[in-house]
Amino acid sequence: MYLYDEFDERLVRERVAQFASQVERRLSGALTEDEFRPLRLKNGLYLQLHSYMLRVAIPYGALNARQLRQLGFIADVHDRGYGHFTTRTNLQFHWARLKDVPTVLGLLADAGMHCIQTSGNCIRNVTADPFAGVAFDEIEDPRPVAELIRQWSSLHPEFEWLARKFKIAVSGAAQDRTVMKSHDLGVRIVRDAASGEIGYRILVGGGLGRSPMEAQILRDFLPRQDLLAYLEAALRVYNLAGRRDNKWKARIKFLVHDIGVEAFRAQVEDEFARIDKAKTNARPAEEARIAAFFAAPPYENLPGVSRKLERSIARDEELARFVEHNLTRHKRKGYAALTISLKPVGGIPGDISSDQMRVVADLAEQYSFDEARVTYAQNLVLPHVRLGDVPHIFARLKEQGLASANVGLITDIVSCPGLDYCGLATARSIPIAQALAQTFADPARQKDIGELSIKISGCINACGHHHVGAIGILGLEKKGAESYQFTLGGDPGDSYALGELLGPGLPAEKVPEAVERLVAVYLARRQPDETFIETTRRLGLAPFKTAFKEIADAVA
Amino acid sequence: MLLLDRHGPKEDVWERAEYLCQAETNFVLAPFGAIAESPLVDSELRLGALLEPDRALDEVASFFDRLDLIVIHFPSAADGRGFSVARQLRQAGFKGVLRAFGPLISDQFPQALACGFDEVEIIGASAARQPVEHWMEALKRISFLYQRDYGATDSIPEQRLARAAHV
Repeated sequence: MYLYDEFDERLVRERVAQFASQVERRLSGALTEDEFRPLRLKNGLYLQLHSYMLRVAIPYGALNARQLRQLGFIADVHDRGYGHFTTRTNLQFHWARLKDVPTVLGLLADAGMHCIQTSGNCIRNVTADPFAGVAFDEIEDPRPVAELIRQWSSLHPEFEWLARKFKIAVSGAAQDRTVMKSHDLGVRIVRDAASGEIGYRILVGGGLGRSPMEAQILRDFLPRQDLLAYLEAALRVYNLAGRRDNKWKARIKFLVHDIGVEAFRAQVEDEFARIDKAKTNARPAEEARIAAFFAAPPYENLPGVSRKLERSIARDEELARFVEHNLTRHKRKGYAALTISLKPVGGIPGDISSDQMRVVADLAEQYSFDEARVTYAQNLVLPHVRLGDVPHIFARLKEQGLASANVGLITDIVSCPGLDYCGLATARSIPIAQALAQTFADPARQKDIGELSIKISGCINACGHHHVGAIGILGLEKKGAESYQFTLGGDPGDSYALGELLGPGLPAEKVPEAVERLVAVYLARRQPDETFIETTRRLGLAPFKTAFKEIADAVA
Repeated sequence: MLLLDRHGPKEDVWERAEYLCQAETNFVLAPFGAIAESPLVDSELRLGALLEPDRALDEVASFFDRLDLIVIHFPSAADGRGFSVARQLRQAGFKGVLRAFGPLISDQFPQALACGFDEVEIIGASAARQPVEHWMEALKRISFLYQRDYGATDSIPEQRLARAAHV
């Protein structure tokens, strides 16, 4: 994993001092509230419903034990003993005190972390495949590129005052696990069929929010050495041409949509041609320096099957379920990537206590070469565990309420914090997620239903990714009451699709029943081995709409 | 009004005029459109052009030889188009003085210099609230940048390279 050198550390520390000075200048009146707000946001500090919220960047979702323990310490001393992982793989402290913030930023810097550009109209925290370096279908590890982009985008003198936020994802595998097509810009590592050379496919103009759009191909194959010059060109075109008159039309997706991807591409290519590439691109030596941090850990030579694990599974039904749902195939024989679900039935999706952070830190250190990852589905991953260690890890997780065997299942619900915390929310999300998890708590029922993603957002901004949920739920406010709209058929991956509206909004108490009806249609109509999303694709919306209408009519 | 370059405050020698024919001195700062359309563009006058950030680069580039100064207007501190305009002008070969003009905040001073500006001109309340020290201190806060081609020869990648060569 990447470790700061003295330059990285100095920059982060200087940024902390810069923010302290900005706070001072706000208090003295040198800066107005309007001038201070974007500076505060670019340091991850939001004003929410009940208090400030501090959003810590977890670049491409990578954490080590020291960082997890430091986050636990901050949670205990400066917050309320927990944190919340978001769909952008950041960690939010929801009860920050303004006077503590410079101290907390210093504590983060001690562990090689920061809050830089986790909000504001700038390039945000870059995300990557949570199974980077591990996945069996990987062309190349995306983390070195993600780290290069992290550095290049940090405190960029030209791109800190964009028309709107700008999100970049990087993927290096055959299968996309980053929701790349919902990003302002996507960098996909590809191998050129003709030359065998590795380079990048660049996507642009995706986004969720109130006008969801699918990203389109900007450049089919970009030679790897040209990445930073090309990013500079794309960002410059957006910085100059992105709409500034209307916040709701300011993301790059609107620009690409309005002028068309061909015209946008022509402008980017023209700018790219003018940039002095030798002075702009990263040198191979710097790329190699970064890549060296991500070299494969010293794996052991293990058999592909662990007798110990097999024996344990035979004795323990819960462990068997955990192994079935929470392990992902590793490129190395005898190892697996183990997903820790932060979706216990009755819990808050993505929340983690300080004790749990410390246990995950211990497990990462002891069993996963000191690495943990955060996923956009608000779970954690121990990327390299020996199969024989799984029973012990499972037991430790179980003691902490972290052993939910539901990854990818109907109770693995993605949810934004919603109206319980967020100043933008129009409805609550967390209680909806909790009620749904209770409804489908029975493990046998979950297993029968199989893979099904429910994603819940508490407002049109779509932090809960509801547009790409197989079942998407959007909380709105209608005549003073919370109302939940349903969409069906969304898919975040390579079969990317935006969900389609099923009917009028429902009151909160009808949401579980409505999901049960949709699931019942699937169970009745599915073909052998067909998942929920596959059935919706085959059948189309109609039978689900009919089932949904019965409930909607009863409410009306 | 506050006019500053990287060394500190300075006097403004430029006379502002809406049209070149109004000029009373030899240093006239006028809107780019007025310069482009004036026959006086061929006179002995020293010319500065005031540019809105939506002006096309190619239009301006044909006047580079005649312009000693280009002033890029920032409608608000949050509108960062001017930073990219400055980069494009430098990239296209403009060698004269580049000035950022608008209600900027002092933290943007180093960003402006990095993007190719030589000076910033702050007017009204923004200038009154942010004394010279704020602007000069802002230049010292972040020592080095990750970006290689933004004004400094001591960017972080360059320093890393130099260090590796010494090992």
